[in-house]
Amino acid sequence: MTEKVFTKEEWLGTLETLKESYKLFGPVKDGDFHTFMPLDGNKKPDFDYENTRLSPKSVIYPESERMFEYSLDESEEDAHILKESPKDYSPCAVLGIRPCDAQAFQIVKRNFDNPEYQDPWWTQHFEATTLVGLGCNTPCASCFCTQVGGDPFHEAGLDVLLFDLGDRFLAKGITDKGEAFLEKTAGNPADDAALAAAKALKQPARDKITATVPTDQLKDKVTNELFDAPFWEEVAFACLNCGTCTYLCPTCWCFDIQDEVQGNQGDRIRNWDSCMFPLFSLHGSGHNPRADKFQRVRQRFMHKLKYYVDKYQNGVQCSGCGRCVRYCPVNIDIRNVCKLMNDFA
Amino acid sequence: MGNPYLPYPVRIDRIVTETEDKNLKTFRFVFLNPEDEEKFAYTPGQFGELSIAGKGEIPIGIASSPTEKGFVAFTVNKVGLVTTHLHNMKEGDIMGLRGPLGNWYPWDEMEGKHVVIVGGGFAFTTLRSSIIYMLDPENRSKFADISVVYGARSPGMLLYKDELAAWEQRDDINMHITVDGTDDPDWKYNVGFVPTITEQKITSADNAVAIVCGPPIMIKFTQPVLEKLGFPPERIILSLEMRMKCGIGICGRCNIGDQYVCKDGPVFPLAQLKTMPGEY
Repeated sequence: MTEKVFTKEEWLGTLETLKESYKLFGPVKDGDFHTFMPLDGNKKPDFDYENTRLSPKSVIYPESERMFEYSLDESEEDAHILKESPKDYSPCAVLGIRPCDAQAFQIVKRNFDNPEYQDPWWTQHFEATTLVGLGCNTPCASCFCTQVGGDPFHEAGLDVLLFDLGDRFLAKGITDKGEAFLEKTAGNPADDAALAAAKALKQPARDKITATVPTDQLKDKVTNELFDAPFWEEVAFACLNCGTCTYLCPTCWCFDIQDEVQGNQGDRIRNWDSCMFPLFSLHGSGHNPRADKFQRVRQRFMHKLKYYVDKYQNGVQCSGCGRCVRYCPVNIDIRNVCKLMNDFA
Repeated sequence: MGNPYLPYPVRIDRIVTETEDKNLKTFRFVFLNPEDEEKFAYTPGQFGELSIAGKGEIPIGIASSPTEKGFVAFTVNKVGLVTTHLHNMKEGDIMGLRGPLGNWYPWDEMEGKHVVIVGGGFAFTTLRSSIIYMLDPENRSKFADISVVYGARSPGMLLYKDELAAWEQRDDINMHITVDGTDDPDWKYNVGFVPTITEQKITSADNAVAIVCGPPIMIKFTQPVLEKLGFPPERIILSLEMRMKCGIGICGRCNIGDQYVCKDGPVFPLAQLKTMPGEY
């Protein structure tokens, strides 16, 4: 296991050389917020941030992605026959991803890469990507990773973990992918002072997360009893069905498939979708099993906190990043909903 | 493993207009690459995604039987963008087919048992597949009595009329065709709703399995009839419809609780459905 230290200047410098081996994504200050962007041209990453509004989910699972292409030109022999769209699976690295967002990829992997079907695009993008995490020295008030099996310095799901020591970064290799990444970087072997400083960051960060909401109590509850619980109308009362929660969520994976045609050439595309929208489940007949707002809100929470738990026996479908809590325009808080569910006999 | 989202190219081989309102047509597809037909090995009860370049995909139950070789057939109701386009296509046109998808009726469990098929409206498609499959000389001896209650709004809205007439003539299948109403003086079958006819014609649940496929209202009123006849919920088998996209349990929209109708269904025993949220 490699542990290296860099001054912050050395770290930014070594990124320039890494560009020969990886397409780099990093947090770039963009107005008042940070956004994960490709570090091409003169874009400079800024690692002094709490978290981005959008997780780097789209690096592996683009918001819109071409699946197939086709020609509708009848004079062509293969008119109307779908062919795979060309893809770029060259290595890329996401720098500064928070441990919760890396954990989120592990959560959605169970959906995209399951024993029966493998999503070819998600799995190949994921395989091509090295996740270089940045531990959280100062978690936000809305963070609750420690309540869902994570931690501000959680390693599982990451290939490399960076510790911000103030004037230096300490980088720890976690997987083979991460070791291969660190081999290509500059930096010096970590000294004892750096290792001690990194270790000392952990507990204070953990202590800053004050939310306590046990998420391991729902697996023993009866699905239909939770489903029929009386509180869903109240939980959903203020919801605008804006879809912000699902759009920002690093563990939401639902997508729609649409065809787009220009002239005689077309693409089959998939786009992120949201269970908050009535069209999501509307049948051709006009019937809609989730026609009412409270049914859609219930679906989101039941999926994350109960259905996923039952299906995969591997915890909740939530990495505790807190984005849905932070950006919900009407302050619906998944932690409070989980408490309601926990308390429901 | 190949890309599970990539449809096999197929050619429309034959189109039959089934109903008097012309809203239901049966499409027979032939695979452009003969080896794809083997890859599309299916079991009655499964469905496929019909894919039209430029329009999209629709999940439709397979109406043909695996005992019918050389083609796959689907009966499609004209309701939306893709189905309307499909209804305007012609024999010889090229499109795509993805599958087979989902689970199937519990054929192993049904061996040696009486099979009661209850169908309504245009949901009769996978039931046609099942009847053809069971009546195949290779398979008929595996099942005891076969009874079918099939209803439509009017005689002109029945699917597969020629086959229904042929099955009526056979003595190894008990047909109970019915319509909600008709002013045809020559109508020689039943008049009445499916649950009522089921109650009149199906006399015993002993050693029997019921397969039910139809509109929600028919299912709602047939279920208590079957339970009254003595069918336990384990032996009432339902096939559900749901809005779908991927068909392989990944895109997330067709769930009922932790089950995806596309991958874990569309066939569910009533006993299982009772443990799932009633969100379908």
